Amino acid sequence: MTSLAGRATDGLRPAAGGVSELAAMFGAIWRRSLKVRVVSSTVVLSSTVVLVLGMVLQAQLAQRLIENKTQAALLQAENSRILVESELGAVDPTSASLAGRLTTAVDRLTNPDPTGKPPATASAGAYEPVLVDGGGPQGVVGTGQKIGPLEDVPAVLRSAVERGALAHKITTVQRGSTAVTMLAVGMPVASAGRTMQLYLLFPLTAEQRTLNLVQSTLVLGGMVLLVLIAGIASLVTRQVVVPVRQAAEIAERFAHGHLSERILVVGEDDMARLGTSFNEMAASIQRQIRQLEEFGELQRGFTSDVSHELRTPLTTVRMAADLLYESRDKLHPVLHRPTELLVSELDRFEALLADLLEISRLDAGVAELHGETVDVRATVAHAAASVRAVADRAGTPLELDLPATEVLAEIDPRRVERIVRNLLTNALDHGEGRPVQMTVAADSDAVAVLVRDHGIGLQPGQQDLVFTRFWRGDPSRDRRTGGTGLGLSISLEDARLHGGWLQAWGEPGRGSAFRLTLPRSRGTELTGSPLPLGPDNAPGDSPVPGLPGPDPAVPAGPGRQ
Amino acid sequence: MVRMAARVLVVEDDPASAEMLAIALRQAGFETAVVGEGPRAIPAVRELQPDLVLLDLMLPGMSGIDVCKAIRAESGIPIVMLTAKSDTVDVVLGLESGADDYMVKPPKTQELVARLRARLRRIEADPAEQLTIGDLAIDVPGHQVSREGTPISLTPLEFDLLLALARKPRQVFTREVLLEQVWGYQHAADTRLVNVHVQRLRSKVERDPERPEVVLTVRGVGYKAGTP
Repeated sequence: MTSLAGRATDGLRPAAGGVSELAAMFGAIWRRSLKVRVVSSTVVLSSTVVLVLGMVLQAQLAQRLIENKTQAALLQAENSRILVESELGAVDPTSASLAGRLTTAVDRLTNPDPTGKPPATASAGAYEPVLVDGGGPQGVVGTGQKIGPLEDVPAVLRSAVERGALAHKITTVQRGSTAVTMLAVGMPVASAGRTMQLYLLFPLTAEQRTLNLVQSTLVLGGMVLLVLIAGIASLVTRQVVVPVRQAAEIAERFAHGHLSERILVVGEDDMARLGTSFNEMAASIQRQIRQLEEFGELQRGFTSDVSHELRTPLTTVRMAADLLYESRDKLHPVLHRPTELLVSELDRFEALLADLLEISRLDAGVAELHGETVDVRATVAHAAASVRAVADRAGTPLELDLPATEVLAEIDPRRVERIVRNLLTNALDHGEGRPVQMTVAADSDAVAVLVRDHGIGLQPGQQDLVFTRFWRGDPSRDRRTGGTGLGLSISLEDARLHGGWLQAWGEPGRGSAFRLTLPRSRGTELTGSPLPLGPDNAPGDSPVPGLPGPDPAVPAGPGRQ
Repeated sequence: MVRMAARVLVVEDDPASAEMLAIALRQAGFETAVVGEGPRAIPAVRELQPDLVLLDLMLPGMSGIDVCKAIRAESGIPIVMLTAKSDTVDVVLGLESGADDYMVKPPKTQELVARLRARLRRIEADPAEQLTIGDLAIDVPGHQVSREGTPISLTPLEFDLLLALARKPRQVFTREVLLEQVWGYQHAADTRLVNVHVQRLRSKVERDPERPEVVLTVRGVGYKAGTP
């Protein structure tokens, strides 16, 4: 038993090095798996029970074995005493042949009677006799002669026997290199006028063996029992855990958008109730999502219908206005200017309609990005060419600073051209006729387009407002290009669609700068821009340094989709 | 039958819009006929033998796309689509159904007229001009393309596209240049037009459209003629 307990404590002390890792790993498994928790607590509790039971059983068995042995030994001892007394009855205590007689007596004990009489002591097993002459209680001094290993007889036993009592004691003696447990029985032997003590040493080897066998049987049995219990616990837990895991899996799939996932409900137990409630919840969620989807679908359809319904009459009006405008020479002079206004305002109306439709498409999330790998310089140059006429009319120099080598990027060229066109138009509108610069730069991950004007600039806090729909910096200012007020909002959405940034900087009287940063390949997260956003590096001209990273003041980039 | 003015069939369901289109086109020197419903467009094409069809994409009774397919099934007549939808899906769908060009509503009159004229304009040909492209023979004045004597039927636009490539066999054409030469666009516009039509042309003239030998793609640039 002690050895079993020792082994158990050894098992709880793993190598010190990986203890914390192992503990962390076990902790994680413990937290995550209900099954592991149930099975291990079952095993721990059962092993305690098995251990206690085993110990009690073992102790009982050992006690019983010792008792039997002792009884048999005492019986044997009694027989031996009679034998020895009869053998030594006539011995002259002073005879020199005492030693010889003693030996003979002992021999008679170990070797059965030559007459073939079976030893009366078979149940007690083999023993080693020890015969001591002397040491009587009455102070009679014997010769001190002894036969057999007296030194193996414990002193306590000897003193008890010397006082004339029958006594027994369990002791451990050294036999060669092994320790042997023995039952020592001692009694005084009466002989002719002198006291002798006879000790019988019964080795308990057989009993020890029996006990060992019982112990190993108990250990093995206990282990098998534990394995069985673990298996049963695991099986029972499975019955509960498997449906729970299935429910968890289905809930996960549901969360990932598989809205038709339902738990299979079997029977009427607690799992079935869980399944039923889950299914009811799922059905309700699915219904609401369907409604929202239908609403979105409706919204999209509405946008498309409005588009068509407005554009068809607009076609008629447009062509009529064009016809009037072409033949305005034949009209009354009073009608000349109204005809011109009709045509130019129709242009504005069309632009507004197109922008409104575009922004509603972006809002509805149906805008598609048609990415292709193109040279950004060409796209930007196209945009510049399209506003060149406006710039010339306003007398604003438009300066382009493009890289010498091609800048390939995966973009939707139509959208990027629109962004750049919007930025340029905006710069021309607010540039007060001073030069507008456009710079393109690229690094390995991103490409940036910076449009810088030196006009009225922006008031503090307006960096965000410029992207607000229909926001105008100064309502009293004349509008050169008649922008719709949606250009920058659409541009911001277009930049987001690319996973890019559109940021603004400006100061009153020092102009403003708009920076578009786009990843060179789709899906790349932007970490910085190849161009700084801020005032030029003129001396004494940099209260706001160029920010290489995202400007927290500007709600571009990922997040607000 | 010799006609001085080209005849345009306007297929448009909105009466006001149809009337105004007819007025504007007559003003520009076209003869016009108007049909208000999709299913009636097909017999009208047969009876009136117009030089060009101007087709509204959204029509009651039959979608403009189906009308376009039906006309294309029996005639190579130039078709210009007028659409209220400018999404790529709608544009490509329209072009794939057989339209030669498209305009988003509302069109500017001048631009519309210019596009229609470009579709009606024939490329002038030397009376004896004979070309080869890939393993095809082009009889330019006869508007005939044949492979080993078997004629291949192409629409006028497809013929023009093939001819533009065949006339300069060593030149690589960008999509923008093709738009200008074949479609008559002044400024580079929608290159999707070119992509769709090259695909359609290939489906007719290539032995295996997946591995073209007549109209070759030059990656990142455009297209060129295959060597004979």
